[in-house]
Amino acid sequence: MSRGLPGTPFHPRTAPLVEGQTWRRWAGYVVASSYELHHDREYHAIRSSAALFDVSPLFKYHVRGPDAVRLLDRVVTRDVAGAKVGQVLYTPWCDAAGKVLDDGTISVMSPDFLRLTSAEPNYRWLGENARGLKVSIEDASDSVAALALQGPNARTILQDATGTDLSSLRFFRLTNALIRGVPATITRTGYTGDLGYEIWVEAQHALPVWDALMAAGAPHGITPAGILALDVARIEAGLLLLDVDYVPARKALIEQQKSSPLELGLEWTIGFDKPSFVGHEALVAERARPPEWRFVGVEVMWEPLEALYAEVGLAPRLPTTAWRTSVPLFAPDSDRQVGYATSGCWSPLLKRYLTLAHLEAASAESGAELDMEITVEHRRKRARAHVRPTPFFNPERKRA
Amino acid sequence: MTRSNGRYDAIIIGGGHNGLVTAAYLARAGKRVVVLERRHLVGGAAVTEEIIPGFKFSVFSYVVSLLRPEIIRDLSLPSHGLEILPLESTVTPMFDGDYLAAWPDADETRREVARHSLKDAEAYEEYSRLMGLMAMAVKPIISMIPPDPTSLSPRDLRGLLKVGAHFQSLSAKHFHLLYKLMTMSSADFLDEWFETDVLKATKSASGIIGTFMGPRTPGSAYVLLHHYMGEIDGAFRAWGFARGGTGAISESIGRAARSFGAEVRLEAEVSQVRTKDGRATGVVLANGDELEAPVVVSSLDPKRTFLTLVSESDLPADFVGDVRRFKIRGSSGKVNLALSGLPDLTCLPGVGRHLRGAISISPSLEYVERAYDDAKYGAFSTRPYMDIILPSMIDPGMAPPGKHVMSVFVQYAPSTITGGWDNLKRDAFGNAVIDAIAQFAPNIRDIIIEKQVLTPADIERITGLTEGNIFQGELALHQLFFLRPSPGWAQYRTPVRGLWQCGSGTHPGGGIMGAGGRLAALEILGAAS
Repeated sequence: MSRGLPGTPFHPRTAPLVEGQTWRRWAGYVVASSYELHHDREYHAIRSSAALFDVSPLFKYHVRGPDAVRLLDRVVTRDVAGAKVGQVLYTPWCDAAGKVLDDGTISVMSPDFLRLTSAEPNYRWLGENARGLKVSIEDASDSVAALALQGPNARTILQDATGTDLSSLRFFRLTNALIRGVPATITRTGYTGDLGYEIWVEAQHALPVWDALMAAGAPHGITPAGILALDVARIEAGLLLLDVDYVPARKALIEQQKSSPLELGLEWTIGFDKPSFVGHEALVAERARPPEWRFVGVEVMWEPLEALYAEVGLAPRLPTTAWRTSVPLFAPDSDRQVGYATSGCWSPLLKRYLTLAHLEAASAESGAELDMEITVEHRRKRARAHVRPTPFFNPERKRA
Repeated sequence: MTRSNGRYDAIIIGGGHNGLVTAAYLARAGKRVVVLERRHLVGGAAVTEEIIPGFKFSVFSYVVSLLRPEIIRDLSLPSHGLEILPLESTVTPMFDGDYLAAWPDADETRREVARHSLKDAEAYEEYSRLMGLMAMAVKPIISMIPPDPTSLSPRDLRGLLKVGAHFQSLSAKHFHLLYKLMTMSSADFLDEWFETDVLKATKSASGIIGTFMGPRTPGSAYVLLHHYMGEIDGAFRAWGFARGGTGAISESIGRAARSFGAEVRLEAEVSQVRTKDGRATGVVLANGDELEAPVVVSSLDPKRTFLTLVSESDLPADFVGDVRRFKIRGSSGKVNLALSGLPDLTCLPGVGRHLRGAISISPSLEYVERAYDDAKYGAFSTRPYMDIILPSMIDPGMAPPGKHVMSVFVQYAPSTITGGWDNLKRDAFGNAVIDAIAQFAPNIRDIIIEKQVLTPADIERITGLTEGNIFQGELALHQLFFLRPSPGWAQYRTPVRGLWQCGSGTHPGGGIMGAGGRLAALEILGAAS
């Protein structure tokens, strides 16, 4: 008899570590918000040693067959046909109107075997686009378990755990290795903007892989980390999140809720030169028009923030846990709203208040001034903010 | 290099964190700046050195809480490698095998203190809140250039008005509390709050760090507050540890300074500040080289600056007297250990999260006060107060895999020890420290691979800090704000025009704060414009 949502294949290892029973839902599973009562140390592990995330809830699809590349090339915006075996692509995909449905990664495992990850279920969508193609599509969401090992010590730990030299595995490439005899795919990817890897294994072999990484990582500060820590790191890295920073077109109730990849800062992922893909025509047409919206980094400036709190005799209250709400942004000293921020947090590393925001294109130039709404002691105030390039934090080790 | 004979806009003497901060701000404003550091590496007392291969020691200064966030932002220090990790807990082992801990979670700490006293558990939260409020109340003063209360210049009057208005904005309750902090001993102040001796002992310890005072010395309560001014992410009283040790802080500031165009010269000891007609014109290096600049900034302590680099004839006699009288007694030593394993505390056996925080050897108020008694009469403490951390537990890169480093801050080790420091006394001091640790972690002797023992004399010899005083002058009330380092000369200026000060010996004082360096740079830039 089943009751509620399941844990991931790593649940027997992660469950005893969650000190405050702080679980949350992710794609039909429950995962840890944080393991310790506070997520600070888990966050710092990402930037200073190595954090281990259970990312098994991601949806995963195995696309096999002679037309596997053709199918994904038809569905997503990136140029899959031009990718080499061993490459990993980050890509969004759209509906016919060029509005984003989802985003994820494609690992080219072999010429006729690709793995797609996504935030939403996509089995039906892939099937609808596969008519007439020689492909099989397998939902591997439950059968593949995944860990993300992120941070400056990630390579050392993974090399020790696999006995493999990973120094030649470049950013967004994959390789295969054994971890305690378990075959694993290792991709140099992640959601933290740091040096990091994701490790993909069959769910039934999940536990020895967790154990091997924890053992190899012990002398290098490996720290199991939850979603709260990840959320801060991904904002520093300027990486957007479905359902938070954009509404997937399928879930949009009104047209304005939808976004195109151009409006999400994802122009670079669009293979305009591809012969065709879902949404191609709409995106080509959109490119010809001046952009309406931009997705950018916005920093709330410290001195004005501190002054707002000082007016009521308080030290600034900083969002050490990332927020995920919509916060109005105004033209400076004006009541004209020019956009809204959708994610924000205090960066413990940069000592800056960072947000990710949708802005009218005219207000989105780097360095432009804005005012962000902020509630100080129950009163709505405005704090001065500046448009900033993302990633806010982009260490050399990420690609080195 | 053609520049080496060329002129600079500013010469900074000393590549400690404050000197580097001043250099970075001046260079950022477009000035041609050179930093002259005597040693082979930057950092002064904030250095990380591999004394034993594979083991990295934060040789002197070992934690950070006071580094101003505006400096981190202004100089983009994270992009130059700065990362401050939280130091989350404090455990004080007791003689009876019990312990007192402060954990990162307030509820956990309340439960822990309640094991010792239900009343103190409640008082603890109120105390922390109030001290946080007091720190916030004093913060504007920390970040301002001290006005001269005897001056009638509009700027000083404005500054005094600001201070006055600020104090008026405090409630009566807070003003009285501030007054008590300024005048009481930390032990008396804490007696008003708590009944648990080990709690008072551990709290009082932060009132004596770096000073030549005991917990029962009047005025020590102020230092309690100074240490509450540490501010990390808006939370006062948060201690941190820099990834890579405190040297990583200096190196990141040095890289920032270079990125703005500053030149940093190592192994470039300054022997003299040159003057002409009462104006600084440059410096002479120990190797005979001469550099010229209209602005010379010393980050060295006031005694070293004015009594060794500047000719006495360039200074007013009363000023020289003030500098001679400036209290700068060293009171602490440092022991750094390379370990093959982890210390096993009798009170909390095994490996645990408590080893990621501070271990305070302050089992009772009497223990700490007796440690001071030794120093008062010219000896090092046979049973010293110690603040211990294991940097490798926070940043595993500090030691080879599976091995560890231990940083032991030891008080008291008076610079004025009877008969002076020598090798025998250093050995005896090192042994006393290990004996004192072994009382609470009996396995310590078995895991020591190598030890580095630093007396105040060693600290002075290596860093140049007079008497090995970590704050470049005691944080006593008569040496703070407009009296630091000398009445009338608290605005980073000196009696020699063009010669400035930017070290911890200036307002607001010690710790890896950088505030003196920043305020001095802003003052120099203001004077130039």
